[in-house]
Amino acid sequence: MNAYMDAHIEQAGLGPILEKVRAGKRLDLHDGAQLYGHSDILALGYLANIVRERINGDKAYFIYNQHINYSNICINLCKFCAFGRKREDALAYEMSIEEIRHKVRERLDEPITEVHVVGGVHPDLPFAYYTDMLRAIHEERPGVHIQAFTCVEIHHLAKIAGKPVDTTLNLLMEAGLGSMPGGGAEVFSPRIRQLTCADKISGEEWLQVAKTAHNLGLKTNATMLYGHIESIEERLDHLDALRRLQDESGGFLAFIPLAFHPKNTELGVGHSNTTGINDLKNIAVSRLMLDNFPHIKAYWVMIGPKIAQIALAFGADDLDGTVTEERITHMAGAETEQALGHKTLIRLIQEAGRQPVQRDTLYNVLEEY
Amino acid sequence: MAMQRLFRQITAGERISGADWLLLAKKASLHELGFLAHAVRQRLHPEAVVSYVIDRNINYTDICISACKFCAFFKAPDVPDGQVLSKEELQEKIAETKALGGTQILLQGGLHPDLPLAFYEDMLRFMKGEEIHVHGFSPPEIHHFAQLSGLNTREVIRRLQVAGLDSIPGGGAEILSNRVRQEMAPNKCDADTWIRIMHEAHELGLRTTATMMFGHIEHLEERLEHLQRVRALQDKTGGFTAFIPWPFQPDHTPLAATHCIEKTSAVQYLRMLALSRIFLDNIANIQASWVTQGPKVAQLSLFFGANDFGSTMIEENVVAAAGVHFRLSEEEIRRLVQDAGFTPRQRLMDYTLL
Repeated sequence: MNAYMDAHIEQAGLGPILEKVRAGKRLDLHDGAQLYGHSDILALGYLANIVRERINGDKAYFIYNQHINYSNICINLCKFCAFGRKREDALAYEMSIEEIRHKVRERLDEPITEVHVVGGVHPDLPFAYYTDMLRAIHEERPGVHIQAFTCVEIHHLAKIAGKPVDTTLNLLMEAGLGSMPGGGAEVFSPRIRQLTCADKISGEEWLQVAKTAHNLGLKTNATMLYGHIESIEERLDHLDALRRLQDESGGFLAFIPLAFHPKNTELGVGHSNTTGINDLKNIAVSRLMLDNFPHIKAYWVMIGPKIAQIALAFGADDLDGTVTEERITHMAGAETEQALGHKTLIRLIQEAGRQPVQRDTLYNVLEEY
Repeated sequence: MAMQRLFRQITAGERISGADWLLLAKKASLHELGFLAHAVRQRLHPEAVVSYVIDRNINYTDICISACKFCAFFKAPDVPDGQVLSKEELQEKIAETKALGGTQILLQGGLHPDLPLAFYEDMLRFMKGEEIHVHGFSPPEIHHFAQLSGLNTREVIRRLQVAGLDSIPGGGAEILSNRVRQEMAPNKCDADTWIRIMHEAHELGLRTTATMMFGHIEHLEERLEHLQRVRALQDKTGGFTAFIPWPFQPDHTPLAATHCIEKTSAVQYLRMLALSRIFLDNIANIQASWVTQGPKVAQLSLFFGANDFGSTMIEENVVAAAGVHFRLSEEEIRRLVQDAGFTPRQRLMDYTLL
């Protein structure tokens, strides 16, 4: 606590929000709109940091993980995406189970604790492909945690399997699914989905899949794609829907604001990359609004290692991981490195004045530095 | 308690001591430094304007006898592919700059072993014929010209001024501490000489900037020494227009190869920027370094003490040689400034707004 900083926050018109934050009271959507509309990024960071330190202290988490994007063939072809391809596209690819085995095998000498699997909504791979994939990964690296398939993919897999979502999830869990990533949420607003990803499942369907997973004991993440055509109100409605589901299920681990990368996307024509202030604002406001989410992740692949490091003082407590061979964001022109070494992540965290903690997928502490 | 006292002191516009600066550097959080630096910035610049200059770096030669260990740009005199720009090349670069709305040339080069002072005078006269502000020759170059010509540095500055030099860039300051310079740039002028040359330039009526390259082998106390030397001279002359701190870019440099120096992280950059703004209460302007930090962190710098976005740098060679390649157009600079809630304004070297 610092009286001068508090006085500054009050002068900035954020006194009532500061009071609520200090008292641990929930912020309403009106508060959220005020925060998003505020130009004083330092004040937002200061407020978000109060919540961040209350929940996570000085800890800043990272994970040793491997990303596998098994196919870019996709029937949705969302306008903000540079990754998805039609089957007949020259750049379309899909990995065989043997190729996936090979990817895992290649890196057996590294202390990877999570294999992170995401792909397009593939028109005709059979359901067995997905369960075989999970089993194959476990065979190659026994004991690894597999975080796989967004709610969008799960919804699609249920259709392919011809089974309800809960049965489908049970089958995937039996095959080795450990948890689910938070992608495909985009912005829940029907207006945004109509304009940017009309073929994708609705926001309600996304939330329904997440809820079903939570009820089965599967933890999931949640995301929001910002920096395109969404309004502040639509962002806040998105956060509010996540907060309500989390109140009910408690199944979300982390929220990850994702910066829109316009390059090579249909929606991106005339759009610039998100600014540093926009990135930090989304981290800070989500930390303040999502008071029931244990973790806010600054995904360095999306916003760059520099802003991710700074974000550790603006609400974020997690930098994701070492991430190699990420394809989805890099297809959209992300200029970030393909991988950040273990040592670099630890140094970035320490230089931000935080304590590096290597975690597993479920945020169990593996090593503190 | 000490922190509360410092908050009171700094927000009241009072000067802080070196001991207080060290305390802030060690103890203050990123939020606290941002808050304090922004308070100083707002006191000095109550208007919500962020300035920038349209200019181009012209490096008249990359041949250099200094062989600084942090530099990836220079060519030693015995290396065959070193170059000196011709008048035709200079003319073309100036024409391109003016076509883009540019107002000045940042003219710097290596310490060439045998070009005479007359060469530089001639170059200045030629450039002034193109009617553009020449911001040129950092103190190590002036020191070098003096040694080659046998004149003293004051006389060299005067001769260059007569030939058309408009102002002097603050380069080659690195860290103004003789221990640090002895270790990584032993052939470059020492800290006392750098300050003396700036003193002479200010007395002769030339405005200059001051820079600092941090994040290599220097200690915190040596960063403080740098700031103290700059602040003390500014108290005497008022000749510095701006202070520009940036972190050492290690790629392809001998210093990084021998000392395993990691690149300064963004948080450490913002801290040092804020600490500079807080300490240098007598220098009006602090520049963000988008060339080393990229657009996102440069934008955030505006809340950590910077009130100037620097230059569009139509051409930049030295940082690029160390593996860093950010590009920003004037339009992009304006967008970043506006997005941060400030009004972008083009300026001249002396910070007059256009």
